[in-house]
Amino acid sequence: MSGRHGIPKSRWLPAYVGLYLLFLYFPILLLPIFSFNNASTTTFPLAGFTTKWYASLWGNSAMLEAARNSLIVGISVALLSTILGICAARALTRYRFRGKKPATGLIMAPLFLPEIIVAVSLLMVLLQLGLELSLVTVILGQVIFCLPYAMSVLISGFDGFDRSLEEASLDLGETAIGTFRRVTLPVVAPAIVSSLLVSFTVSLDEFILAFFLSGTEPTLPVYIWGQLRFAAKLPGVLALGSLMLLISILLLTLSEIIRRRAEHRLRAQGAQHA
Amino acid sequence: MPDKPMIAIEGVNKFYGIYKALDNVSLDIAAGEFFSLLGPSGCGKTTLLRSIAGFDTPTEGDIRIDGQSVIGVPPNRRPTNMVFQNYAIFPHLNVEENVAYGLKRLKLDAAEERRRVAAALEQVRLGHLGKRRAHELSGGQRQRVALARALVMRPKVLLLDEPLSALDKKLREEMQVELRTLQRAVGITFILVTHDQYEALALSDRIAVMFGGQIAQVATPKEIYQRPNTRQVADFLGGMNFMKARVTNETATRISVETPRFGGVTVDKPLGFVARNGAATIGIRPERLRVLWDDAHSDFEVAGKVVDRHYFGEITHLIVDIPGLEQPLSVSETNNFGADDIPVGDTVRLAYDPDALVAVAD
Ligand SMILES: Nc1ncnc2c1ncn2[C@@H]1O[C@H](COP(=O)(O)OP(=O)(O)OP(=O)(O)O)[C@@H](O)[C@H]1O
Ligand SMILES: [Mg+2]
Repeated sequence: MSGRHGIPKSRWLPAYVGLYLLFLYFPILLLPIFSFNNASTTTFPLAGFTTKWYASLWGNSAMLEAARNSLIVGISVALLSTILGICAARALTRYRFRGKKPATGLIMAPLFLPEIIVAVSLLMVLLQLGLELSLVTVILGQVIFCLPYAMSVLISGFDGFDRSLEEASLDLGETAIGTFRRVTLPVVAPAIVSSLLVSFTVSLDEFILAFFLSGTEPTLPVYIWGQLRFAAKLPGVLALGSLMLLISILLLTLSEIIRRRAEHRLRAQGAQHA
Repeated sequence: MPDKPMIAIEGVNKFYGIYKALDNVSLDIAAGEFFSLLGPSGCGKTTLLRSIAGFDTPTEGDIRIDGQSVIGVPPNRRPTNMVFQNYAIFPHLNVEENVAYGLKRLKLDAAEERRRVAAALEQVRLGHLGKRRAHELSGGQRQRVALARALVMRPKVLLLDEPLSALDKKLREEMQVELRTLQRAVGITFILVTHDQYEALALSDRIAVMFGGQIAQVATPKEIYQRPNTRQVADFLGGMNFMKARVTNETATRISVETPRFGGVTVDKPLGFVARNGAATIGIRPERLRVLWDDAHSDFEVAGKVVDRHYFGEITHLIVDIPGLEQPLSVSETNNFGADDIPVGDTVRLAYDPDALVAVAD
């Protein structure tokens, strides 16, 4: 009778998990390793430790320009998707209205659509409209793409928000605006910060839309793509890639910590009268 | 009823679409009164309370608080404060900050604010937990924070929406005593929503019983228990044995009836009573029937066979089939004399006091 014990654990499971993780992360691990390697080729054995590739990034004005572009795009996209996401998430978690399900589906859809198709269609539309390709067009494209990420973070944050908190505030004499500032904002702030961080990270790492829509102003991933043609530039790209990896991991971890702490707080509160 | 009520509700109707949640509700509540709204789930208690607080707007009718109509006045400018069913403690603030929340708007000087917060916390015996966060409190403690947060505002009226329903039985009973003591101490008008009849009976100066958006009866606990107006009210508060009786005489305030087994009695006429086919519904509470032991006799007794028995610790419910009554009588007898040992199938004699019979409207 295996039913009583559930599915029997296979001896192969740990081996499978180990292989899976290795396949997933080994190539990524190579990146920082070679970025400190004192050779311009990415082959073993390693030729000694150096930080010169990182140092060389500072003098690279094209790279700095791309970093600046990425920063502008990332911050704009984070702000825009989060603001739009707040409106949508608030509507979806608070009100019942016709077409709520399809609306949610449509907002979340870019997550599952082939990105290259979205990019090509956007490019066509923008060209039809006669718009110059620039950072603005990248921002517009990426907002569509980042909105689902922002939304899922915000919805889970707002779902835990108890409407009676706002009523309690009004009841205690606070105005509607005061209530938003003193109750609504602080309670959902972790979800908002989390959404900003996630959108920024997704934007920072996004390539296809940026590639199609950036015109003559590359973001970092587009810049990296351009550099790959030159073998000599590879170590610099590895250093840059490692930095971006580090930043992404830091931001996502931070966002997850904030989200979990807020969720714990709300969950503990809800549990008392569940 | 004193001449100047703290709360006057006049002809209030509330529609949700075509659904009538409040149906012509009129009610006066005196200053300093502990008033309860009692009724089954969905009868409109919360809707009425929220209309007083300002979160719901009546479709028709007027609500006056301390003589002032509050129709169109937002919740933050009403002299009422509310204890929410789920307490709605602000999760990002600690206990003291929660209690001080409303005071911040009053721009008191810091010392005065601290003094009032401390006093309010002392009042609900939470002085030692001022720095705790909401999620570090037990259900009973959260309930007290909600109370302190509302009381510190010194409202004219405190509204409580089932504040005790989330607590376990023992804590609930403790908090009931505390609530009553607190209300006496502060002298503020309390309006308590509950669906627990014992809570309403134990705490209130007066109770309004609601069914389907309408107020069925408003009276003191004793009146409402002993002289329920309608069959529904009687049934909701503790249960009652009903029987059909023939009306032999009817005046403006009294009716005389001939009951199937309880003889002829003359009783008070309930509000809204109309005889149907010359019949009235007469009721008697289960605990007003007493088992007669051995050769004890009473001038007023009925006899029948025990068909069922339910043991409740200090009391036993006997179900006694009386020939000539449509339904067996439910009898609540203390176990001091061995009611829990009466075998099912035995014949028992029951004594009653004719004054315990009441007429109820259907
Ligand atoms: N916003 C609303 N929209 C539509 N119907 C509503 C709304 N609020 C309440 N109702 C309906 O009005 C009726 C009264 O609701 P209310 O919340 O006042 O009941 P209640 O007596 O407090 O019940 P409970 O004891 O379950 O809390 C219910 O039938 C409810 O379904
Ligand atoms: Mg209710």
